[in-house]
Amino acid sequence: MTAILQYNAGNIASVKNALDRLGAESVVTSDPAQVLAADRLIIPGVGEAGSAMNWLRERELDLLIRNYKKPVLGICLGLQLLCQASEEGNTTCIGVFDNTVRLFPSTDIIPHMGWNNLSALKGELFNGIEESDNFYFVHSYYADVTAETAATTDYILPFSAALQVNNFYATQFHPEKSAEAGERILKNFLAL
Amino acid sequence: MLKKRIIPCLDIRDGRTVKGVNFLELRDAGDPVELAKLYAQQGADELVFLDITATIEERKTLLKLVGKIAKEINIPFTVGGGISTVEDAASLISAGADKISINSAAVKNPELISALAARFGNQCVVLAIDTKKVDNEWRVVTHGGRTLTPIFTIPWAKKGEQLGAGEILLTSMHHDGTRGGFALDITNAVAEAVNIPVIASGGAGTMDHFCDLFRETKAAAALAAGIFHFGDIPLRELKNYLKTKNLPIR
Repeated sequence: MTAILQYNAGNIASVKNALDRLGAESVVTSDPAQVLAADRLIIPGVGEAGSAMNWLRERELDLLIRNYKKPVLGICLGLQLLCQASEEGNTTCIGVFDNTVRLFPSTDIIPHMGWNNLSALKGELFNGIEESDNFYFVHSYYADVTAETAATTDYILPFSAALQVNNFYATQFHPEKSAEAGERILKNFLAL
Repeated sequence: MLKKRIIPCLDIRDGRTVKGVNFLELRDAGDPVELAKLYAQQGADELVFLDITATIEERKTLLKLVGKIAKEINIPFTVGGGISTVEDAASLISAGADKISINSAAVKNPELISALAARFGNQCVVLAIDTKKVDNEWRVVTHGGRTLTPIFTIPWAKKGEQLGAGEILLTSMHHDGTRGGFALDITNAVAEAVNIPVIASGGAGTMDHFCDLFRETKAAAALAAGIFHFGDIPLRELKNYLKTKNLPIR
């Protein structure tokens, strides 16, 4: 059973739909007991970092996520919330990954919107994925490249398309909207 | 490298695709979900569903359809047509639309753009601009091209960006349906004037038209309907062709 975290961000139903298409059991919930009882947790989301962190903190879900021992997958805003801090609303985030999330410099079109490929792939999440495969991104803020970077993408500058440390995985792109390649990523996560 | 997007557009009336399609692969060519799935398999980067219905009953059918598309399609999709309030948009987004596109309602009430951006984020808001050259000036037209407004196209695009639009879908009424090529001049002028993605629409007739668009303008994406529906240009073949021209294509 996969718990999909329900919070004040959009795009949560798309993740549920994607898992349904794969025939994987899941529940959309913000109930701590249900989250802890699940085999793994997905933190989806399209939204704003500051209001999302406030929502999680009021319910102490930030601590629950930080201490979660089973596999976690953060998607898009979910990735950013797992970092140390975000420039978006000068927000202190959950602090799993050692990154700061910054606004792209405005030297090219913002948001970074559309399909882009990955390089320097690391870890089980990318089993069966080629560097030529493309994934759907839509974001204006990015996590910088660190030792925890599990894949990089170049747009304006190289940034973390994916991060991993211990049981925490995260993608800046949307696997649930990335056709077959995205389904592969979700299957890899479900197999952890 | 960020890829140039190819976006098939489906016109919807009462839950069915309107223009005929002739795909042998489809059991039911009028079913938007079947057609959408086929396009997704053929490599569509996104889909746009344009609702051309008017009645409240038909809007309910649309909501059901959007829910079904969201369940079955694994690429992003935009829904447009007749959205004039935040509530209209909210019901489509909660049914599963990734983005919503607004056109005439935004011209009438530009604050709608900022209201939608504040509620759903800029990335959800596609500002559709229909444009026409009048006395050598590109002007905005509304209501499917029937109403000429006094608004100039480039300042309107910039204003849309400032108000929070995340993308611009630009259709030249001179080119739409002609299959004579995209409107390269106004597309590039708008793409140079704003710092958000511009989707060019109207005029696609050959594979080289897409090539010209991506070589000669800063457009991030190309939208077309008829040439895909009638199988004149198979989507996969188009994408392979553009790759051979060294364009960044998925």
